[in-house]
Amino acid sequence: MSDLNELYQQVILDHYKRPRNFHKLPDANRTAAGNNPLCGDEITVYLHLDGEVIQDISFEGAGCAISKASASMMTAALKGKTRAEAKLLFDKFHKMVTGNREGPSDPIGLGKLEVFCGVSEFPVRVKCASLAWHTLNAALDARNETVSTE
Amino acid sequence: MIPVGRRVGEEACQDCLVGFGVEKIRQDFPALQGKVHGKPLVYLDNAATSQKPQAVIDSIARYYQSENSNVHRGVHFLSELATQAYENARSRVRQLLNAAHDREIVFTRGTTEGINLVAGSYGRSRVKAGDEILISAMEHHSNIVPWQMLCEEKGAVLRVIPMNDAGELLLDEYERLLSERTRLVAVVYVSNALGTVNPVKQMIALAHRRGVPVLLDGAQAAPHLPVDVQDLDCDFFALSGHKLFGPTGIGILYGKADLLEAMPPYQGGGDMISAVTFEKTLYNVLPYKFEAGTPHISGAIGLAAAIEYVERIGLNRIAAYETELLAYGTELLSAIPGLRIIGTAKEKAGVLSFVLEGVHAHDIGTILDHEGIAIRAGHHCAMPVMKRFGLPATARASLAFYNTREELHRLAKGIHRVSEVFA
Repeated sequence: MSDLNELYQQVILDHYKRPRNFHKLPDANRTAAGNNPLCGDEITVYLHLDGEVIQDISFEGAGCAISKASASMMTAALKGKTRAEAKLLFDKFHKMVTGNREGPSDPIGLGKLEVFCGVSEFPVRVKCASLAWHTLNAALDARNETVSTE
Repeated sequence: MIPVGRRVGEEACQDCLVGFGVEKIRQDFPALQGKVHGKPLVYLDNAATSQKPQAVIDSIARYYQSENSNVHRGVHFLSELATQAYENARSRVRQLLNAAHDREIVFTRGTTEGINLVAGSYGRSRVKAGDEILISAMEHHSNIVPWQMLCEEKGAVLRVIPMNDAGELLLDEYERLLSERTRLVAVVYVSNALGTVNPVKQMIALAHRRGVPVLLDGAQAAPHLPVDVQDLDCDFFALSGHKLFGPTGIGILYGKADLLEAMPPYQGGGDMISAVTFEKTLYNVLPYKFEAGTPHISGAIGLAAAIEYVERIGLNRIAAYETELLAYGTELLSAIPGLRIIGTAKEKAGVLSFVLEGVHAHDIGTILDHEGIAIRAGHHCAMPVMKRFGLPATARASLAFYNTREELHRLAKGIHRVSEVFA
């Protein structure tokens, strides 16, 4: 049972029930949509990018606890970060949830986002945790197609 | 169904139908003896695929060990054996469906291929611009997409029979939608997402009154109900072996002989010909005209073993046992706070689809998995059904005759655990 508690940590459940930055962004200059066709998760990420800096970020959508909490915590983590910092975090996050860390001594440096560490024990849930990040990536790159993690 | 004097209770009442012997039946299924996350497996994903009895596994091993050969070709002993086993399998299926002739039984890869065969052969040769194909609002994608592809190619129109909030088709609307432009009705017998058993006999009679043939998607019906294609009078009936306790990759398309005779081949190749020159090919007789290439011989043999197994128990007894089990499960789940069952038709078979307030189906699936309980979470390859009910996904527990009341109790307990996690 321990790894189940690892997956559904209180922080994750809290962000699922009370998602932060969960609204449209009126002055967004970048948006991207993503979905998981298999489970029906849908998300839209809104960005207000000022030069290289993420001035504001929000999201809307419906999904499971993991995907919604991941989106919520992502938006909380990225406000004020530069595009390069966001990309670096995405890379680290992806490595963590897919279980591709160099080793237990490898510092993740993801701060609060490390609560998603348990996801790597649940291969079918990796796409739930990473949907928001893939969608963010598309918004940063100003790609217009809908992102799919299938 | 519950014998007088027996009370529905949590204790040892796992098999209230006297003589069904579910515990003994379970011993025939090696996969059911396994553990998941350290807990005895509760397999409730039978609508996705069923587990296989040892007799099926053995029949496939026996074929490869001592009969392996190609069919309809060799003059040698083994080929003769393989051909006999393959054709015996066809007869088995014919008996199961009570079809009139063996040649009306075409081996396919599964229900999906059976439907594609009818769309590709019957549909492409008969359907023209402005014609209509009639399906229902509760179809699996496999009984939507082949018809969409056909309609797109021909400029035909796809019409959809609506359903009510319980998940029952609106027969008045169905009658209204049947017109002189309707070329085919393609409808599911038992819904995989809702469990609804549609009144197909009545629907077929209504279509035939207007000269419209009917295809039944029987994937979920065959494992749960006795099927008699002559009594139903359906024109086509498609099923999958793997949902009927047989192997994957084998299925059946039943078609009335006169319709199949008039249809062009679906695929070209070996076995479906009687003579080939570079100028012209003469096609083989039924059913071989529709079986191009070396067929799935071991699959057909495994399917025959599965049918023998199921018939030994008896589909009438299976249906009665499952009806009782479904009623029991419905009662248990309905008592869980915040749980809503999706699909509450009066006539149902085998499926408990549900949503839990404030919890996504995927999270239900993960937590139940950790309790050793296998269910399906998602749209069940029926996205229009989810849309009709305004849901992104449901959790679905689907039954087979080897499931027990005790397992349903574990399901209910598991759902309580989900509520605890999300409390």
